[in-house]
Amino acid sequence: MLRVLLRQIRKILITVILGGLLGATLVRMGPGFGVDEREVDSRLSAESQQAIRAERAAENNIALFYLRYLEGLGHGDLGVSRSLNRPVSELLKERLPLTLAALAYGVLGGISIGFLLALLTVAWQRRGTDVIPAVLSGLCLAVPAAVIALLFVWMGAGCRWAIALVVFPHVYRYSKNLLVAAFQSPHVIAAQARGLSSVRVLFAHVVLPAAPQLAALAGISVSLAFGASIPIEVVSDTPGIGQLAWRAALERDLPLLVNLTVLIALMTLIVNSVADLALASRRQA
Amino acid sequence: MTAKLSGAQKIALAALGLLALASLAAGWIAPSYAEQFREFISAPPSARFPLGTDELGRDRFARLLYGTRVSLLLAPAAALLSTLIAALVGGTAGYIGGWWERIVTSGIDLFLSLPWLFLLLAVRALMPLNTSPVTSVILTFLLLGCLGWASPARIIRAGTRSLVDSDYLVQARACGVAPARLFWRHLAPNLGPILAAQFWISVPVFILSEANLSLLGLGVSEPLPSWGGMLRELENYSAVLENPWMLAPAGLLVAAVICLQLLLRTEDAIPC
Repeated sequence: MLRVLLRQIRKILITVILGGLLGATLVRMGPGFGVDEREVDSRLSAESQQAIRAERAAENNIALFYLRYLEGLGHGDLGVSRSLNRPVSELLKERLPLTLAALAYGVLGGISIGFLLALLTVAWQRRGTDVIPAVLSGLCLAVPAAVIALLFVWMGAGCRWAIALVVFPHVYRYSKNLLVAAFQSPHVIAAQARGLSSVRVLFAHVVLPAAPQLAALAGISVSLAFGASIPIEVVSDTPGIGQLAWRAALERDLPLLVNLTVLIALMTLIVNSVADLALASRRQA
Repeated sequence: MTAKLSGAQKIALAALGLLALASLAAGWIAPSYAEQFREFISAPPSARFPLGTDELGRDRFARLLYGTRVSLLLAPAAALLSTLIAALVGGTAGYIGGWWERIVTSGIDLFLSLPWLFLLLAVRALMPLNTSPVTSVILTFLLLGCLGWASPARIIRAGTRSLVDSDYLVQARACGVAPARLFWRHLAPNLGPILAAQFWISVPVFILSEANLSLLGLGVSEPLPSWGGMLRELENYSAVLENPWMLAPAGLLVAAVICLQLLLRTEDAIPC
């Protein structure tokens, strides 16, 4: 187990470092990089313009920029956002709690709705019971996240529930398939044949054995929710990390974009690794 | 995709076919999507303009037909590109194995560690934003095709690996069948269904991604219409309340994606 844990940590570190480098390289190669509108500001003296050019020159060498970034990261310095002219750490501190809260509500809400509907469909095995959940999940899968956000803005409802609507259909479909497969396994049929109550069969012999796989859903859900939070925060004008990512991408704000890439990759990988560890421990057991 | 279709799937296929035909015949049905009828600004539906006109006096019905052409025909092209890249990368990784498989797996992990929309948004923003409408269409769908390979590649790699390790392939190798024949005769035909499934899974994902990107202002540029671009009108809530026909692009997009889902059949097939 310790070996699996260490392997996961190594994988996370390598992927995050490479992801950040990839992000920085892409930004460096993008058109418009190195152009600073302040250079055409006639109020700035020659010395000020020289200082701006020197500041930009440090970013031109991508390897050097990234090494400096990693060094700064070691000291807790995440650099300064060029487009917002504020320390990145300050921006993250302001916006991260908002997005994390929305993600927590969205992911937990989506998982709860999806899992409960799947459980009801499996437990109440009558023809046509899955029609409403199937239609609902199909509909939610077919609507772009930004349009779901627009609907919530129109209704004046919290956008965190828009995230839940994006997450729920994936959870519903996956957990329903999982529970149906578990329900048809020989040990469940044997338990039913021995006269165990249907509630006990459902929870002790269907839900419990499928729990690790269901836990793995959390990893996928966080990634899904984060992806959805970008258009949702932009459309609803919520000042979170999703909106910040959108602005950073549009403004080609290298320090901000690299930090966000590292942060988002780190969050996704940690959640996925926890889910992987849950599965591994189950397999060992 | 199985050959035998259910009733609902037949309806879905017919609806998609009809939609594709209508979009291809847009030139005859409603000739101009960009012409501005200045005397009919924000006009309600009429015999001349079945879905009314927008705030620039453009025929919404014509724009919807041309937008359908862009979204419905280019998403499969992007899906084909991503499936080909995935087949090349994932297929070779599963077939060759060893260090190449390790590199490919790490690359896939790297790509999948970032949420799809974030990756798409970041890379799209690095491309020129002030481009001609045709260039913006090509860039958007090329990007979808080039970035959407990671998830299918993982499945194709696993599928190829399981085929390579299967009894009949081990026996074929033991009988001295040449690697090229082994690949073309025994492996490639069995990979076909996996590739087809990955292609069909990608199509609705790319349609939705284009819609999200266009709504964020990073997709197809005006005046060329696309479903996503037309959804930007929905940001004006009061106008939508007064003109509910503005919801037509959203309705058509949802209907098309639902039809594609029905054709996919498998219950857990559609990722974000």
